[in-house]
Parts: sequence; C-alpha cells; structure tokens
Amino acid sequence: MDTLLLKAGGWLAIVFFAFIAMVLAADAGFAVHMAIIALAAGIALWVTINKADYAAIGRGILKAPADPGIYDDDPIRWGVIATIFWGIAGFLVGLIIALQLAFPILNLNFEYTTFGRLRPLHTSAVIFAFGGNALIATSYYVVQRTCRARLAFPGLARFVFWGYQLFIVLAATGYLMGVTQSKEYAEPEWYVDLWLTIVWLCYAAVFIGTIVRRSEPHIYVANWFYLSFILTIAMLHVVNGLSMPVSLLGSKSYAAFAGVQDALTQWWYGHNAVGFFLTAGFLAMMYYFVPKQAERPVYSYRLSIIHFWSLIFLYIWAGPHHLHYTALPDWAQTLGMVFSVVLWMPSWGGMINGLMTLNGAWDKIRTDPIIRMMVLALAFYGMSTFEGPMMSIKAVNSLSHYTDWTIGHVHSGALGWNGMITFACLYYLVPRLWGKERLYSLRMVNWHFWLATLGIVLYAASMWVAGIMQGLMWREYGDDGYLVYAFSEVVSAMLPMYLIRAAGGLLYLAGAIVLVYNVWMTIAGKQREEKPMTETPYDEAADKPIVGKPAIEPAE
Amino acid sequence: MSYEALRHFADSWGLLFLGIIFLTMIGWTFRPGSGRKHEEAAHMIFEEDHEDG
Repeated sequence: MDTLLLKAGGWLAIVFFAFIAMVLAADAGFAVHMAIIALAAGIALWVTINKADYAAIGRGILKAPADPGIYDDDPIRWGVIATIFWGIAGFLVGLIIALQLAFPILNLNFEYTTFGRLRPLHTSAVIFAFGGNALIATSYYVVQRTCRARLAFPGLARFVFWGYQLFIVLAATGYLMGVTQSKEYAEPEWYVDLWLTIVWLCYAAVFIGTIVRRSEPHIYVANWFYLSFILTIAMLHVVNGLSMPVSLLGSKSYAAFAGVQDALTQWWYGHNAVGFFLTAGFLAMMYYFVPKQAERPVYSYRLSIIHFWSLIFLYIWAGPHHLHYTALPDWAQTLGMVFSVVLWMPSWGGMINGLMTLNGAWDKIRTDPIIRMMVLALAFYGMSTFEGPMMSIKAVNSLSHYTDWTIGHVHSGALGWNGMITFACLYYLVPRLWGKERLYSLRMVNWHFWLATLGIVLYAASMWVAGIMQGLMWREYGDDGYLVYAFSEVVSAMLPMYLIRAAGGLLYLAGAIVLVYNVWMTIAGKQREEKPMTETPYDEAADKPIVGKPAIEPAE
Repeated sequence: MSYEALRHFADSWGLLFLGIIFLTMIGWTFRPGSGRKHEEAAHMIFEEDHEDG
C-alpha cells in the first residue's frame, strides 16, 4: 500500500509540475509539450490507482496469449504493434514530402505542413519510431531466448516502452511546431533529449541486467551487437545533445559547440547513428533471425566476431566524410574517407556471413518468402555499404554531395536493408508471439516482397539519375567561364525523377499495408486458404516400371 | 591538455593502444580450440527447449 501511495504521489507531482511549467511557459511549443507530459503522467496516475488489471485488458485487446511465465513477451508484442504503426505513419509522411517536392502546392501554404517541418517528422518516424521500436522489441526477444532468462526488470522494461513512445510523440509534435535544435537526426530540444537519456539508461539496465542473469554461459553474438548499439547510442546522444537552454521554461537552447566543432560533433553523431543504430542494431537482428528462419547456424561464428570488432573500431572514425570540402581540417576529411573505405571490408564480411548461412539451403529463397526478404535485405546491406565508401571518396563526393544521390543511397540502405530485415523479423515474430500455427498468408508476404522491391528499385534508380544529373548541371561551365544552368533550371529538370521516386514510395507503402492486413488477420487467428508456395512434384504417369518393352536380351 | 598535445597523443600512443586491442580481439578468435567453441555457440540458438512458441 505504501509503495502504491508513493507511486501515485509521484505521478501526481509530475502532473502538477508539468501543469505549472505549462502555465509559466516561455513559448507555445513548450506549453503544448508540458500539457502532453501532464496528460501522460495523468494516465499513468489513473492506471496506478485504478484496481483494474490493465495488463490483462491489454492482452485482451491485442488478443495475446496469457503470460505462461516462461518469457516476458508482453512488451515485445506491444513493440511489434508500435513498430508497424509508426512504420505506416513514417512511410506515409515520406510519400507526402516526396510529392511536395514534385508539387510544391502540397505544402498547403500552412507553416505546420511545410516540407521543412515534415521532413524531420519523416526521418525520425522511420528511423527512431519504426526502427527504434523494432530494435527494442527484437532485443527483448533475442536477449531472453539466447540468455534463457526472463527480462531482468519487468517494470522497467514496460517503462522503457511507454517512455520511448512519449519521446516519439514529443519529438514529432515538436517538429510540427518548429521546436528543433537543428541537428540532423537529433532535432528534439534539450528537455526531450533529457527524457530520452533517462529512457535509454533504463533500456540499458534492462538489457544488461538480463545478460547478467543469464543461465547460458556464452553470450550469443547478436547480444554483442545489441549491446554495442545501446551503449554507443547513449554516448552519441549525450555528447551531441550537450546544450544550454535559454530558459528552464522554454524550448530554445544553444549547442555547447560552435562552428566547425559543432559540425563535426553533429556528423560524428549522425554517421554513428547510421553505424550503430541502423547497422549494428539491425545486424543483431540478422545474426539471430536469419539462422532461426533458415534453420541452420550462422555460416561462420568466428567471422561474426571479426565483423563485430572491425565494425566497432572502424565506424566511429567515418563521420568526417559528411564534411568534405568544408572548414574541417583536411587531415580529418582524409581520415574520414580512409576509414569509410576500409569499412567496406567488414561490411561485406558480414553480408557474406549472412548470405552464406543459406549455404546448402538456397532453395528456401524460392519456397520461403521470409527468407527471400532476408536475402534481399542482406543484398541491400551489401550494396549500400559498397556505395557509401565509394561516395565518401573525395573526388566522388565533389559530384555527389548535396545532390539527391545521397538521398538515394540512404534509402537503398533504409528501405532495402533496415526495412526488409524488420519486415522479415515481424513475420517471424507475429505467429510465435501470438501462439499461432502460421501466418495468415505466406503469399501475401510474397506480395509485400515484390511491392517493396519494385518500390526500392524505382526509388534508388530515379535518385541516381537525379543526383548525377544535378551534380553535373551544377558544375557545368560555359566557354565564357559562367555557370551554364541556373539553380531553378536544375530544379525543374528533376520533376520526372521526383515523380518516379514518389511512385516508388507509394509501392513501398502499399507493401507495408499488405503487412498490416496480414499481421491483423494472423493475430485474429485466421488462416488464408491458399495454394502453397511450393508443391511436391509428382507425376503419376511417370511413376511406374517400364512395361511393354522386351527385357534386355542376353547377347548371343 | 591542449588541442595539439591531444592530437599528438591520438595519432601515437592512442593509435597504438587501440590497434593492439583490436588485433588482440581478432587474434583471440583464432586461438587453438576456438573452432569447437564457435561451433557450439553457433548452434546454441537451436537447442531443444529454447523454443517456447
């Protein structure tokens, strides 16, 4: 009873303080955020004092099986739903801003719906909301299975889930209101950063605590990748987020760094967010779910460890390649370029390790659309980790930088690698987490695969053409030494490519909607009557001894 | 520590230190008998009572 009182009192205090901060806020954005926090704490207060068993109600809504006491899967189920929800939101906003670039009228002449406000909403929704929820959910799943232990701090694990959703809501609403610290992929302002730090440290505690409590002596390599992702993101987020708020009751803050130091800190963060959030974390998913789905062990465990250490030691230095031909010292630019090029090797080592896991079972690509997605993801991991080092070479970068080639590169990695491996993991997890015999439909997974693949191809190809064309037009000099093209001419030349890109995005979104339907029906317990992906070939006519012909006669 | 001193430390002793750790980590996977241990580790996700549905 005492702890209940203490908890309820704590939530009430947060409601109270958030309300005061809202009233005294220096700007409207901060006031709205404090109102959201007061509301969230109010809901938490209600859940705390209400006698109802919300865990059971939640299970009822999600049609989840009762907790069998083996593994703590409730937060994973919520994470799966959240991943899908934020994924659809992120893809949709992406499609909208792609169309805004083609048709500027879609900015609606309304500050909240301009490209500049919606773009960070898109990037954060897909990276941190879709990708982040997928990482948290799968890490909870993998760490329990490979350590053969339940989550260390069940209450904290749930707090991490809900705290992370609150972070997403604060970040997203902030972008729309123009509350931003203008750091790419780290736009949320100081108080949202502080909240994320608290949530992230709790996440680290749950994950490390579970590893400490493991009953399996060896720590499986996927956990190494998850752990490096959690620890590095904590470090990157804290250093890059260092700033001084103008007022404790206002959203505006100034970064602790200035000028080129600020730029380097930003890209040290930005590139390692790619390296440790979008690469190491998703490689952890790869090293568990690809062997499980293929039902064979990873091709080389030794290679996976070499992959791990090489990635850790090399990635952290690659950031300066985002600042070629800027005020950054030349040696730092060259350092970034060299490490980026060297990084190609561990990346391809990892890709080969993943692909060769299918050695001897290549037929599964034909018969199992989930494996097909995983193979495509690995292929795109390989392609984008080849393209990236190439683009980091200064001579190439002088053409590619600031053009849509970069956008194409990012999306071949994000849609191809991160997206496809996440979808494959979701398809793996849903029947297992909800105790179903199989997915609603494997053929719909196949549909999703082809819609998404075609979407990525349209996206990447159009952005290559757009980017190289842009780069060449910008640098085109006439005989008299003047630039041949005005900026506006380059912009209008891009329209066909922008339309193709939007079509690619539409296909990718359509594939994700097929996933929503499939997952929905699976959770509802339905199974689609369909032709199987593979059949056992049997020809009755051929399956008999040869008769009617004389037996071989002995030689005379 | 001045910027210059830090920079010189980074490209001498710092580089050597990190390089040695890296080579040790890689070398460790090639120690005698590691092959069998790796084989076991690679198979541990398939052990019978791992699956709970």
